[in-house]
Amino acid sequence: MEKIIVVHGVTKKFGDFVVVDDISFDVKKGEIFAFLGPNGAGKTTTIKMLTTLLVPTSGEIMLNGKNVASEKNEARKAFGIVFQDPSLDDELTAIENLHFHAVLYRVPKKTRDSRIEQLLKLVELWDRKDSLVKEFSGGMKRSLEIARGLIHHPKILFLDEPTIGLDPQTRNYLWKYVQELNEKEGITVFLTTHYMEEAEKVAQRIAIIDHGKIITMGTSEELKKQTGTDSLEEAFLKLTGKQIREQEVTARDSMRTHHQMWRRR
Amino acid sequence: MWLRQLKRYFRSKARMVGSLGQPLLFLLALGFGFGPIYQKAGGGNFIEFLTPGIIGMSIIFTAVFSGIEIIWDKQFGFLKETLVAPVSRINIMIGRTLGGATVATLQGIIVTIISFFIGFRLEHPASLLLGLVMMFMIAMIFTALGTAIASVLEDMQGFQLIMNFLVMPLFFLSGSLFPLDNLPKAITVVARLDPLTYGVDGLRGILIGQSHFGLATDFSVLAVILVILLGIGSYLFSRIEI
Repeated sequence: MEKIIVVHGVTKKFGDFVVVDDISFDVKKGEIFAFLGPNGAGKTTTIKMLTTLLVPTSGEIMLNGKNVASEKNEARKAFGIVFQDPSLDDELTAIENLHFHAVLYRVPKKTRDSRIEQLLKLVELWDRKDSLVKEFSGGMKRSLEIARGLIHHPKILFLDEPTIGLDPQTRNYLWKYVQELNEKEGITVFLTTHYMEEAEKVAQRIAIIDHGKIITMGTSEELKKQTGTDSLEEAFLKLTGKQIREQEVTARDSMRTHHQMWRRR
Repeated sequence: MWLRQLKRYFRSKARMVGSLGQPLLFLLALGFGFGPIYQKAGGGNFIEFLTPGIIGMSIIFTAVFSGIEIIWDKQFGFLKETLVAPVSRINIMIGRTLGGATVATLQGIIVTIISFFIGFRLEHPASLLLGLVMMFMIAMIFTALGTAIASVLEDMQGFQLIMNFLVMPLFFLSGSLFPLDNLPKAITVVARLDPLTYGVDGLRGILIGQSHFGLATDFSVLAVILVILLGIGSYLFSRIEI
């Protein structure tokens, strides 16, 4: 099968700090590929490099046969993305947000309106098309973002922790919808998450990343077999350790000191 | 990009009125307050003198602010959406600047219209068109400046700093409020370094026929500054990494 994402020896440093350390992998066309990892493992940085927001310190990335560094705009046309945090313009209506996107991606005028209508109906927001985005709930915003990411018929869809902060219903709906897209339109999906059960349910192949390195890669069956565990969650913990990540510990520590300061007063 | 800025502008009516309040207050309080003294000193009609300055002021405030809006976009993630689009960074920057500048020019036009009601009169009605060009140029310069600053700043914390140490001095030292003749040496030097000085002087020349430097100088100085700032702005903007 044709490879649509090829990542070769990619490293990203911020100063001396190595966030992503010499990772290589590839994703086949039409596959759903999940990146799993604890907080601060380098998931988001990887997605940012794949989507041209960050320039890798070294290494090479090919999207749909285009080099991300030298054929930026060609590569950008090939994907749609849903970011970890919302990236809609709150002051515009749903339809204006989509329209703006369509203009940026040079979707031909003739098909623009019909495509937007089709997608808004798909995510069941057509009757809210003229509402300002700031009136939307978290789940609605997410759906709208997915609709937006699809306007220009991308071959790859990037989802960076798309279900964070959503209720189980919306989450369920969203994944069902992503799977449908994958089956019907053959869109390749690259997602990151730290909900194990989601990755297990949706993704055909999973890579586990920690401290900027890919520890292992395979189907969830393979990962379980490899670690001799029954669930992906156990496999994940076995591979990345049970220790809580530094980042979280410091946040908690600072909360504790705040708390103590309050009491002392 | 351009359309988006306009839509946002018309949508926030409150902001529109709010940002008009300050120039109006200046125009009324200073205009009528200092008017008699100015006349006694032989300067003529102060309202007439002041109006171009206040137009300049409302433009620079709106323009810098719409440049700074990039920081909001950065924080709320919308900037990412534009940066992954298959459009070159330069085009995004220019679209934004045009949008912001248009909004600022609109603001200037509104102030002009209002000033007619309190007794401001044009030398020639036709000069309004040239005045528009001048307003747009001022607006472009300061939106580009705002964009350049916003590309470097991380969050809104620095915003107050910029208002106090950049925009306010630019306005107060620009000769918007006082004539440039017979000033202390230091102020003269500073005023000459201030781009807004030339903008306001140009507006004054066009609208009421009183210009300190002459229109040709004003236009050429502004053009040079505009090119430089656009250059710096696009350079800094193209280097944004999120």
